[in-house]
Amino acid sequence: MYPIEQVEQLNAEVTRMVVRAPEIAKKIKPGQFIMLRIDEHGERIPLTMNETDPDAGTVTIVFQAVGATTIHLATLRAGDSLLDFAGPFGNPTELEGVKRACVIGGGLGTAIAYPQAKWLHDQGCEVDVITGFRNKDLILFEDELAACSSWHMVMTDDGSNGNKGVVTAPLQERIESGANYDLVLAVGPVIMMKFVALTTKPHGIKTLVSMNPIMIDGTGMCGGCRVKVGDEYKHACVDGPDFDGHLVDFDDAMHRGVMYRDFEAAARDAAKGKYASEARDCDAAAAASSEQKEA
Amino acid sequence: MARVSYETNKQQEKTPMPELDPGARAKCFDEVACGYSAEDAINEARRCIQCPKAPCMDGCPVGVPIPQFIEQVAHGNFAEAYALVKDANALPAICGRVCPQETQCEGVCTRSRKGEPVGIGRLERFVADWAMENGVASDSADAAQQPEKDLVGKRVAIVGSGPASLTCAGELAKRGCAVRVFEALHKAGGVLTYGIPEFRLPKDLVESEVSQLAEQGVEFEMNALVGKLYSIDELMDERGFDAVFVGTGAGLPSYLGIEGEGFNGVMTANELLTRVNLMKGYLFPDYDTPVYAGKKCVVSGGGNVAMDAARTALRLGAEVHVVYRRSMEEMPARAEEIHHAQEEGVIFDLLCNPVRVIGNEDGWVTGVECIRMELGEPDASGRRRPVPVEGSEYVIDADMMVIAIGSKTNPLIAQTTPGLEVTSRNLVIADEETGATSKPGVFAGGDTVIGAATVILAMGAGKRAAAGIAQYLLEK
Repeated sequence: MYPIEQVEQLNAEVTRMVVRAPEIAKKIKPGQFIMLRIDEHGERIPLTMNETDPDAGTVTIVFQAVGATTIHLATLRAGDSLLDFAGPFGNPTELEGVKRACVIGGGLGTAIAYPQAKWLHDQGCEVDVITGFRNKDLILFEDELAACSSWHMVMTDDGSNGNKGVVTAPLQERIESGANYDLVLAVGPVIMMKFVALTTKPHGIKTLVSMNPIMIDGTGMCGGCRVKVGDEYKHACVDGPDFDGHLVDFDDAMHRGVMYRDFEAAARDAAKGKYASEARDCDAAAAASSEQKEA
Repeated sequence: MARVSYETNKQQEKTPMPELDPGARAKCFDEVACGYSAEDAINEARRCIQCPKAPCMDGCPVGVPIPQFIEQVAHGNFAEAYALVKDANALPAICGRVCPQETQCEGVCTRSRKGEPVGIGRLERFVADWAMENGVASDSADAAQQPEKDLVGKRVAIVGSGPASLTCAGELAKRGCAVRVFEALHKAGGVLTYGIPEFRLPKDLVESEVSQLAEQGVEFEMNALVGKLYSIDELMDERGFDAVFVGTGAGLPSYLGIEGEGFNGVMTANELLTRVNLMKGYLFPDYDTPVYAGKKCVVSGGGNVAMDAARTALRLGAEVHVVYRRSMEEMPARAEEIHHAQEEGVIFDLLCNPVRVIGNEDGWVTGVECIRMELGEPDASGRRRPVPVEGSEYVIDADMMVIAIGSKTNPLIAQTTPGLEVTSRNLVIADEETGATSKPGVFAGGDTVIGAATVILAMGAGKRAAAGIAQYLLEK
């Protein structure tokens, strides 16, 4: 069992969770992921590392409650435990020797982009950061990213933070005004990574994207996570999860990503009902016990 | 004195094994073969004529004393029979079910010269199941061997928890070593757990074999992917293991390399079987992992994994076509598996080969284009080489396709273990007798050495490597 040490709701959808896993904490590097299973009936889900503290023996994950498992996960509290927490899986992002980088995070991807930006910054690389969210209430890691970047721009789809637009607009501007990046790193929705890669390609800037396909074992066994890179299929779990953005077939990745959409929707609806009613039960129980105390 | 201590049964055929009705079982995951009753077992055991040469024993990779245990069964001494089997074979309930007995012990049985061989596999299974049901399992295993004092306290790390690893772990624990098994997944058993379906090998049985090892003192560390979480050097230098056994199997899927393999609805047998066996996808939504099943499924391949995949897809509700490029005669799957698949309604499209997967605009498979084949001259494997018949392409409409054409070794251990020599296919090079690799203290066996093969060959290798490791530890 892997004890949960801390849980923090970052916004209406996103939760940060600190899990005790001392061996993994010693080994995991930016870009690598863990696979967790909540309980005996649970599915294995991959989550790329947000932060690791080898001294404390903890690994931090950040997730969005969008599917049955993440909805369930978001109901857990400090003191609860996860049945399984395995890793590190995948390869660390290749960040060695980079001098001038632009790190781009879209939505939840920002949580994964953060350790990469931080690592680059700590190594003396000059880091620009662009992040994008649907609206200002969903903005993540703004202060943390500001602290490890020399330039930071937050975009929102609805312009509610004053910067309306997609992440590729400021990227394009920075490139054209001579930013001279030797690496652009994009983590976020497939469609965002696709357009980042299209933006950097004419300039020949090395672009890494972090793919997050459907995965079952995470050890190279099942092939569920295959991503078309150039002419061949690669396994995101053992060959990735980072790939050359100029070679990834993003349209194929988008098709593959929805393979289990119907199952996921059914499970999500069931989970919403189940955990909402459990929350009500808890509230009712809490109310009942406080009433008893008062009496 | 008579050679045979019981009255032999002259019956030419094996005592029939009760099986679930094909129509009923094609809709559920319950075990197909129901096992012998005590009466069936005694009846079948008495078909053994106790021939002095006992060729059956040479046919057994782990050296089960076959005539001896059968003699005990014939007399109804099941506990004695179990002790004999268990001493040689760490996983008898599993071998009795999944061993290809027809090419091993039963393939050379003297009785098979005229009629059917003795049902050795069925008897082994009966004895193991009887022991489990009557709770004598762990007692006899403990009594079988005393720990050796020079091995007590020696620490051995076992990487992987499939049949080779479990056998190696059990042998070394019996001899007194402190054994710890490292498994990347959340459940032990390797292919026994993620690969072989419930209807052929019930998972509670695998769990029971694993917990017996735990009772013998073997420690299991789950969620530990060696090569990522710990390297083999770290296990030896920092964590104090005196020797390491690598039994990581052949877990990487092979692809056909044809157009359209990325369409949704196309999956490897490993994916289908892992979703169903390890994650219990067939019980979705009670279990959280879903598994997609189409209306019509093409399975490409002709081995045991292809049969497992076909019969699994069938149970999920699909009409299943196994597409195999040679004829039935060359099919590598066990005859029993092919027979069971046919009985359940799997359709075999022989002498044809997929050349292209066809899909729709949404990225879903809609059909598999195949080409007819004919058999030419024998190839290196001795089987007649299939040659495509030009212009014979045709399309099977399908909304699901499973690729079951074999598996490869995961390169992770090779990549992260300096000094460990591997072949160009990433197979670990190991001595056949001792399992010793090019790296001192590191041993290997099973599919990771010989490529995808059978459970029993892996167990044989695990057993020999255990002897090799013990020898190494005693000399060290």
